[in-house]
Amino acid sequence: MKKTYPIEVDCANCAEKMETAAKNTAGIKDATVSFMTLKMKVEFDDGADPDAVMKDVLANCKKVEEDCEIFL
Amino acid sequence: MKKSQKKMLLRIISAAVITLILLITDRFIPAWYIKLLLYMIPYLITGYDVLKKAFHGIRNKQVFDENFLMTVATLGAIAVGISNALNGGDDDYLEAVAVMLLYQTGELFQSVAVGKSRKNISSLMDIRPDYANLEGEDKTVTKVDPDEVEIGSIIVVNPGEKIPLDGIIREGTSTLNTSALTGESIPVDVFEGYEVLSGTINLSGVLRIETTADFDGSTASKILELVENAASRKSKSEGFISKFARYYTPIVCICALALALLPPVFLALSGKDPMIFTWIYRACTFLVISCPCAVVISIPLSFFAGLGGASGCGILIKGSNFLETLSKVKYVVFDKTGTLTHGTFEVTALHHSPLAAEELFKYAAHIEGHSSHPIALSIKKAYKKEIDLNLVKDIKEISGKGIMGTVDGHAVAAGNAALMQELKIDYKDCHHTGTIIHMALDGSYAGHIVISDTIKAGSKDAITALKRAGIKKTIMLTGDSEKVAENVAKTVGIDEYHAALLPDEKVQNVEQILKTKAPGEALAFAGDGINDAPVLSISDIGIAMGALGSDAAIEAADVVLMDDDPKKIVKAIRISKKCLGIVHQNLIFSISVKVICLILGAVGIANMWIAILADVGVMILAVLNAIRALFVKNL
Repeated sequence: MKKTYPIEVDCANCAEKMETAAKNTAGIKDATVSFMTLKMKVEFDDGADPDAVMKDVLANCKKVEEDCEIFL
Repeated sequence: MKKSQKKMLLRIISAAVITLILLITDRFIPAWYIKLLLYMIPYLITGYDVLKKAFHGIRNKQVFDENFLMTVATLGAIAVGISNALNGGDDDYLEAVAVMLLYQTGELFQSVAVGKSRKNISSLMDIRPDYANLEGEDKTVTKVDPDEVEIGSIIVVNPGEKIPLDGIIREGTSTLNTSALTGESIPVDVFEGYEVLSGTINLSGVLRIETTADFDGSTASKILELVENAASRKSKSEGFISKFARYYTPIVCICALALALLPPVFLALSGKDPMIFTWIYRACTFLVISCPCAVVISIPLSFFAGLGGASGCGILIKGSNFLETLSKVKYVVFDKTGTLTHGTFEVTALHHSPLAAEELFKYAAHIEGHSSHPIALSIKKAYKKEIDLNLVKDIKEISGKGIMGTVDGHAVAAGNAALMQELKIDYKDCHHTGTIIHMALDGSYAGHIVISDTIKAGSKDAITALKRAGIKKTIMLTGDSEKVAENVAKTVGIDEYHAALLPDEKVQNVEQILKTKAPGEALAFAGDGINDAPVLSISDIGIAMGALGSDAAIEAADVVLMDDDPKKIVKAIRISKKCLGIVHQNLIFSISVKVICLILGAVGIANMWIAILADVGVMILAVLNAIRALFVKNL
């Protein structure tokens, strides 16, 4: 399953960090962050619960970039 | 400006004012530690979040980023100042404050510039409908979210409103502005039974529309999704940048550390003054210069602006990677029908007629009045006027030959050469390519009408412009006959053509060219997207033309031209070249300035002032240059 979330982040490098953090979260198959469109595109593993997984993604992103936000 | 940006601006201005006051009152400050404390005020006002992020990064094992670089560099500079003060020398904290100030100014500028171009680009693709006027069973109209409208509902679109969902007009006539979809500003007349697409703007009359798609299936949503996805398909250059940043910053930090430690050690070993603080200062300068911001932001920004600019012209490019490949195109392969030609039949000539053209078309259109064959339709279109079927009597179709009857009291026969032979009428042959309709009026020859697929007005210009844009070879593939193909190829000036091809032979032909082209050259295939999906997918770049409303074409192609003007192919290539040009300029410019400054900083010629000015200056120039990629309307 794929979903797209609007995000808020200040710099291109930070967006890159968010992408890596999201990719390394359990339950995520693949993720891309576009700094230009301020969107995070997420592909979930089969059977994963998007809401729960996205909470982890947000937590992981906050760890690498304090100022970021994902609008779930 | 956003709220956070305004706050940043306020911080920068107040810190700058405090710094200025400190500069003026500098010599009245009694002790070095008071001076240090006073200078710390503007330093912390501008830079507290940089320090915080740097420490946060260290805590989370994400050490090397620009916050870290700036923190180490400025703290280093302050440390050098303190040590100078303790040794009774001239202490200077201004540099650290200035570096932080300028760095934050650069960051603010970048964030405003990116926000601005983000806005510009989304306004170019402003096709997202906000609401739909849904008509209920009792004819009352309610404003609803387009998401809630089911297929087959009736919606009302008033003049000035955006059509929210695809559908068929059930009532009303109007003109539509399709420029948001096609980039062309010529209005389109629509009437009952006309299929309209979401994202176009209703200009004049009220329309009642029966929807044929839900919101997700509507053209506007599909195009928006395509445009938004484009930014997540990253180009090789962007991939290079993120790899570059990953290795670059740690390498620079190690170099800076070496610069701070090794020379003093060598100097001390050789019995000279180690000048330890001089080398620490140089290492800090080195760190400031090394900040990779300019490159990291300007490359994706250039691509984003290029993609946005292209979509504003009705050219949808599905990703930065395709924009990159497009700039390398050296071979362009065209499908004929629907790409270089209109794909519809039109009357192209009238020969040997003793009557006025209008007179002859009148008989021809009336005798074909009942037929819906494409040939008959094209004759009716050429006649332009209403057809009065009461004038037509005794229609007799002669299968495979033509049609006979009386029109307005005259015996009319229209058909091919065989019909004329059967009627023993002396006819004249035609040398034109296309379908020939011979006409006889009251038993004598009345000339012939030539009907053929017409070449698009822009085809010839497109081929000429492609040549000028550095395309090595243009090739046309068609399933049509040799004679027709030769005619089209000669008229538009195509280099090579292959006629009478079956669909799989088209694939083989393209594969052949793909095999022979040099590495680094790309092949683009342009077709109308109908039944050429296999060729679209094996080409380096598949371009679908006139794809408005054709899902299959939008799916299969890498570049989608919303209207069917072949000149748009040239435009797409020009946009890609401009964009990639900007990307390369920025890469070379910013990296070379950095390298020069790094060397100057290491040997002590460039101080921290030059370092930060080089960093911010390069970034501002690179961002401004990147935004240029947006302006492609007149390419």
